Amino acid sequence: MAVASPLKTPLFDWHQSHGGRMVEFGGWLMPVQYSTIVEEHRAVRERVGLFDISHMGRLTFDGPGALDWIERVTTNHAAKLAVNQIQYSLMPNDRGGLIDDILVYRTPHGYTIVCNASNRPNVVPQLEAHREGADANFIDRTLDTAMIAVQGPLAAAVVQPLFDQDLGAVRYYRLAMGRVLGDVDTVVSRTGYTGEDGLELIVPAGQAERVWAALLESGRAHGIIPCGLGARDTLRFEAAMPLYGHELADDINPYAAGLGWAVKLDKGEFVGREALRAFRASPGSTRVGLRLDGKRIARQGAWVLQGGVKVGEVTSGTFAPTLQASLAMALVETAAAEAGTALEVDVRGHSEPAKVVPLPFYRRPAAS
Amino acid sequence: MDPSTLLYLPSHEWVHLDGKIATIGISKFAVDQLTDLLMIDLPEVGKALTAGKGFGEIESVKSVSELYAPVSGKVTEVNSAVVDDLQVLSEDPFGKGWLIKVEVDDPSATSDLLDRAAYEKKVAEEEH
Repeated sequence: MAVASPLKTPLFDWHQSHGGRMVEFGGWLMPVQYSTIVEEHRAVRERVGLFDISHMGRLTFDGPGALDWIERVTTNHAAKLAVNQIQYSLMPNDRGGLIDDILVYRTPHGYTIVCNASNRPNVVPQLEAHREGADANFIDRTLDTAMIAVQGPLAAAVVQPLFDQDLGAVRYYRLAMGRVLGDVDTVVSRTGYTGEDGLELIVPAGQAERVWAALLESGRAHGIIPCGLGARDTLRFEAAMPLYGHELADDINPYAAGLGWAVKLDKGEFVGREALRAFRASPGSTRVGLRLDGKRIARQGAWVLQGGVKVGEVTSGTFAPTLQASLAMALVETAAAEAGTALEVDVRGHSEPAKVVPLPFYRRPAAS
Repeated sequence: MDPSTLLYLPSHEWVHLDGKIATIGISKFAVDQLTDLLMIDLPEVGKALTAGKGFGEIESVKSVSELYAPVSGKVTEVNSAVVDDLQVLSEDPFGKGWLIKVEVDDPSATSDLLDRAAYEKKVAEEEH
């Protein structure tokens, strides 16, 4: 099999010339950090940070058959979406595991699915396989657009001066189509992956550097800094957002992952429905939060033990910059999942005491 | 320590030899790559090290990295200032941030180590 060389986002040159430490991630060359992960993490919790998320897949649909087609391959009820609304959904396989977790946007023109970078090569064939003569157009817009996330309590203050629509009307999980900088057609959505308020901009690839520079300029007075995938991961971790390949995988069912709310078994027929029905009755394991006593980090794959007996495995672990503790998410047997349960994690041969704690680890303060 | 007079492993440990006593640390490049250091595990005094084998580990937000012994010998001293506060290592990896001292079995057994020029060449390759 030919090994494809990694893709570059329209902002690649900017990252390289501004100290971005580039790594390969999901088939793309992406900045993992510019300063330090902790500094970038803090900027997002306290002020605002700017992320290039152009590696994520953007797949657009239009035509009368688009909705039914999306419903057939996803677990949530896309038909419930109002125009300009966004829904978190899952793309299951026929065994009740997951091909990806996605966002479904309903725009005035149709639908857009935003998927994970590394899963786009699996998502697109799954869509094609279940097209079933749908009267709809489908275009993969990933390479001719860019996606920029502005995350943090000051995100709206940074974006609003550049955007010709009122962001006050764009509530959580809503979008608006308009223009930035007077002439750049842009979709602005309010979703985010950090636990903070945040906005994402989808712009034409050729305008990406211009918009990125304008956001940095607009955010200068607010202390904005560019942030990489490293901080994106510690931020999403504290907010307990699942990450594909960690909390989600083709052999992890959504009920075990704590995402049963995104599966609507009664919406009609869809891929994997019968397998998912069985998993709802017995998910087999439960996603939990763990707080370790020491500073050692429980990384993915570390065994979780109870009295020396294996009861699960860590899916993600890190030192949480906001909470200043070694934390982990794990899939454990349901009997060991109750908050307060004392467990151990085998961290490279060291048995580290840990306690089950509620998720998310971090929740942003209520807006005042 | 003067970085230009030290010997290095490709895995970024440095060693300074003074007779039979070797002082061991990790390079500024390694510290910069790791960033956000969390904790370090170092051996106890008296522990025997084997050149090329692991003698401890250092954990950062991003990853955990094994520390490799540049020389064989017995640990005579551990820098508790670094264990207590990794800031010392971040700020001065070639000085106050040294990690351990070792009484070396054979001070002439350094042929696998890189001089500064060879190490810098290796680092430059790694950055690409």
